[in-house]
Amino acid sequence: MTVDRARGTTLRPSVLLGAVVTVLVVSMLGLTIGPTSISPLDALQEVGSHLPLLHIRSPLPPAQAAIVWDLRFPRVVLALLVGGLLALCGGSYQGVFRNPLADPYLLGVAAGAGFGATLAIVAGLHSGGGGSSDLIPLAAFAGALTAVAITYAVGATGDSRRSSASLLLAGVAITSLLTAMQTFVQQRETDTIREVYSWILGRLTTAGWHDVVLVLPYAVVSSTVLLAHRRTLDVLSVGDDEAATLGLHTNRVRAIVVVAASLGTAAAVSVSGLIGFVGIIVPHTIRLLGGASYRVILPLSLLLGGAFLVGADIVARTALAPAEVPIGVITAFFGAPFFVLVLRTRRVVAT
Amino acid sequence: MTGRVCCEGVTIRLGGQRIVAEVAVDVPAGGWVSIVGPNGAGKTTLLRAVAGLIPYEGTIEVAGSSMASLSSRARARTVAVVPQDPIVPLGLKVLDYVLLGRTSHISRFGIEGVRDLAVARDVLQQLELSPLAQRRIETLSGGERQRTVLARALAQEAPVLLLDEPTTALDIGHQQEVLDLVDELRRDRGLTVLSTMHDLTLAAQYAESLVLLDRGAVVTSGTPDVVLTEDNLSRYYGARVRVVRDGGTIVIVPLRSSIQTDQLDRDGVVLDDVHTDVDAEARTGRHL
Repeated sequence: MTVDRARGTTLRPSVLLGAVVTVLVVSMLGLTIGPTSISPLDALQEVGSHLPLLHIRSPLPPAQAAIVWDLRFPRVVLALLVGGLLALCGGSYQGVFRNPLADPYLLGVAAGAGFGATLAIVAGLHSGGGGSSDLIPLAAFAGALTAVAITYAVGATGDSRRSSASLLLAGVAITSLLTAMQTFVQQRETDTIREVYSWILGRLTTAGWHDVVLVLPYAVVSSTVLLAHRRTLDVLSVGDDEAATLGLHTNRVRAIVVVAASLGTAAAVSVSGLIGFVGIIVPHTIRLLGGASYRVILPLSLLLGGAFLVGADIVARTALAPAEVPIGVITAFFGAPFFVLVLRTRRVVAT
Repeated sequence: MTGRVCCEGVTIRLGGQRIVAEVAVDVPAGGWVSIVGPNGAGKTTLLRAVAGLIPYEGTIEVAGSSMASLSSRARARTVAVVPQDPIVPLGLKVLDYVLLGRTSHISRFGIEGVRDLAVARDVLQQLELSPLAQRRIETLSGGERQRTVLARALAQEAPVLLLDEPTTALDIGHQQEVLDLVDELRRDRGLTVLSTMHDLTLAAQYAESLVLLDRGAVVTSGTPDVVLTEDNLSRYYGARVRVVRDGGTIVIVPLRSSIQTDQLDRDGVVLDDVHTDVDAEARTGRHL
């Protein structure tokens, strides 16, 4: 019987390997492409020379070595973290709310972070501008988490059949409120519009390892928790009621996933601004190509979301060099047509 | 696996309204009881309470433990539910869907093990779904889909099976197929079955006893003969029917208001118990 060998859907090792290779290849491109062209081998050796126990000597002169190690490499790692987190959190939100339109900014994260960042930018301007750039990520992070906390406090109900919809609607309300407050502050301080606007469009700064260190702990916690729920999200796909009859404590699961995803999103947003589209397009593309199981969607979102953002960042840095296009513009500009393409070609199979 | 279901004095309020009042239902281990009654009588609500999905007053004991005291995991190992209108997750494969039934046997962050897979394969085989194991659920026909939902419930390995209108979406052949299957499984595995049913003829054929619910209260219960009388059906359903005994089973024949009873006689149906009128009095009595 062939059927006796039938297995449940799991992430196949070959697919996982393919995703890892994609990440490595794109990262390598991120290290080598730029105004100063550096060969992949040199870039590898430079990176290797910083790793302990390897005893590799970098062939690059100090200036180029600094470009690789201090500028490009941290930026690649940051893009991997931010893109991976946004895609992973977006996929988790879609699962936990059973809503294909869910994105990581759903519960007020974006508006809260935007408000926090705007306040920090305005405050920085008043205090002479100096220390504001350090303050922005913290203010954005605090704003994002506060917004989600308010949304949850307002929207969560005991009735598990209603709580999904009411959370989403509370998110809409809190988003409008905070966006209004953010716009108000921004209009009062017109000098800051440019900086605020550039933050909102999203960008990856070249600030050494500072931002990476800032995001990393949250990224680890958030991804661990979310990946641990990959099977649980599959169970939730039959709806709260049926999931409960299957033995799931649905409200608790939703709370844990929402907290973990919000933490991850807030951390990503605090260093990168509001990079749109990654969180919605990457998980959906994976879903269309690789099936509906979250055991496939979540790990691949983490990897390929990162690769997607590194790729987008390469375009953002080089398209109009030496000027930089906001990365959010790139993710949408290339992401949307690609997504439509996948949607069109796979629809026949899906229905 | 003995799973007696015993409800006593069960009252359920939803949104401040009393939907079910002081209901007693007893399903012996290995038995099949069907809850019947008109739309809005509280059948599904009662079933949801037995499944532990909604709060209730009174006692509901399943396999010796009170539903209210069990964790959701322990509940799922005791009672498996086939919902009336199951949500079909797009893109999920049949085998994956059936494996969802193993949730209460898998640790919180775990993944299915060898035994879970073996149980799922067994169930698929028993329900003749093995060839469809790798198909996406949304591509199945209605009958196949209903069997798949049943397979998920069986994968829970719970002693009690709750079926909420298991045949509503099926044609008559598939209705029989599903109910025969449930009956066979009940005998094979000693399952206790509590179902709600709209089709009274089928309810009478498969269940050992019926509970007639009207406006949240049990109005009568017992064997199909006792419950499914023309009088009861006209009083509680407001239905014009003829109850016909065909061999050992009961057949409920709906009557059109214009149809003459002797027409039926001429067509050769054997009538045990002829009530010619439409029981208009009983119906008016109900609405008073």
